[in-house]
Amino acid sequence: MQLFPCPFCGPRPETEFHFGGDAGNTRPDAAASDSDWTNYLFFKHNRKGPTREIWMHLTCREVFLMARDTVSHEVSATEALGGEA
Amino acid sequence: MTRHYSALSVIKEGLNGQKGWAPAWRSPKPAKQYDVVIIGGGGQGLATAYYLAKTHGVKRVAVIERGWLGGGNTGRNTTAIRSNYYYPESTALYDLSLRLYETLGRELNYNIMLSQRGMMQIVSSPGEMEMAARQVNAMQINGVEARLMDRSEVQRRVPIFNFAPDARYPVYGAIYQERAGVARHDAVAWGYARAADALGVDILQQCEVQEFLTEGGRCVGVATSKGEIRAERVGMAVAGSSGVLAAKAGFRLPITSYTLQACVSEPVKPIFDTVLVSPMTGTYVSQSDKGEMVIGGGLDRVPSYGQRGNLPQLETVLSGLLEMFPVFRQLRLLRQWGGTVDVTPDSSPIFGESPLPGLYLNGGWGTGGFKAIPAGGTVFAHILATGGHHEISRPFDLNRFRTGHLLDEAAGAGIAH
Repeated sequence: MQLFPCPFCGPRPETEFHFGGDAGNTRPDAAASDSDWTNYLFFKHNRKGPTREIWMHLTCREVFLMARDTVSHEVSATEALGGEA
Repeated sequence: MTRHYSALSVIKEGLNGQKGWAPAWRSPKPAKQYDVVIIGGGGQGLATAYYLAKTHGVKRVAVIERGWLGGGNTGRNTTAIRSNYYYPESTALYDLSLRLYETLGRELNYNIMLSQRGMMQIVSSPGEMEMAARQVNAMQINGVEARLMDRSEVQRRVPIFNFAPDARYPVYGAIYQERAGVARHDAVAWGYARAADALGVDILQQCEVQEFLTEGGRCVGVATSKGEIRAERVGMAVAGSSGVLAAKAGFRLPITSYTLQACVSEPVKPIFDTVLVSPMTGTYVSQSDKGEMVIGGGLDRVPSYGQRGNLPQLETVLSGLLEMFPVFRQLRLLRQWGGTVDVTPDSSPIFGESPLPGLYLNGGWGTGGFKAIPAGGTVFAHILATGGHHEISRPFDLNRFRTGHLLDEAAGAGIAH
């Protein structure tokens, strides 16, 4: 069982967390093109190695940013989003 | 040298001290130029190479593989073959695959140990039974044989299942596909490799793609650890590594790489003669010819390229197994492993030209690529030979994410793929 550090609750079991996608994937304007919406909704960086992702801690319902490595599974940092998505 | 495999050649080579067997495939030096280069020496890539040479008569074909043949998901899956899908587009693809599997051993002159022992999807509530009837109807309308089993038939067929009155997931019946089964996964990769090699395909192992060569915005080959290799068309069939190669080619895909793990028990005497899955526990199981129980389940929920499973998911899978088969409490696990699977939002694969012209995609199989190897190879060979879609592959084009014509099999067939 791996522990992920929730910025609000501290280290918690990985099963309490839900993956929310790439960090920085911002919602386009309603008038944006189909391609922009497609990219936003479906297309991923899916990086091998260091990556920055949005996660939710299901028990406290807070959404936050996690920097981790997708090969070693090491978590280098987590931080609250501070208002910006 | 003995090349053809038969009972007679086994006897002949037995008398000859096994000295006359020809290598199953060559290990050639890469040529500078091919008609088609396929990245990925798993089942999908090797089958594609075979059908390119066999069906389309393409002369110069190479398969390049970073590691060894079938060392990725082809060698890590739980070998189930089935076509119990919901949408006609999926059935066209997966049932073609099952039909090709039925004659594949003979076609390749390689024993893939296909065993059509049937597959049972357990139904655990009256509401689910209605959805099961809908699923069976859909399969029959799509021309695939399937039927509903009632509780007593499941009990006759799998007496060791948990039929206790207080079972957490009671058995109301099952969806049964008689033609489903298992095959030897390594043999599928090796059989295609040997047959492709015999048709002149160059199989290049320990050859890693470093970057794509482009001219005028078009892919014209790959730079590899064994030098530059140019090709008219480049195909990639790299499963969990799709995102890595897409990044090298300068585009993104609707794919997330997750770990799918599996495990086998110690071998025991024959006790279980079908393939069984329960959507409620998420666990599926079959017994190998050696006697091991082959056990799989859902994805680890953390995106990963680690090729190793995490403990919470293993616990979920094994709790499900023991809930279904209390008798297996006495079993000991022998091995556990993980593979990196390429999961799409609609649980359906992706075929066709990539955003980089000249580079073509075969991926997004998620947890279900092994069963689709013969069909995936057939349609991808068509795409690479002609540059256009096969009738079966067109609905699986990348543009479905823009047009909205998703083929959501996780929702349609009700089981994860």
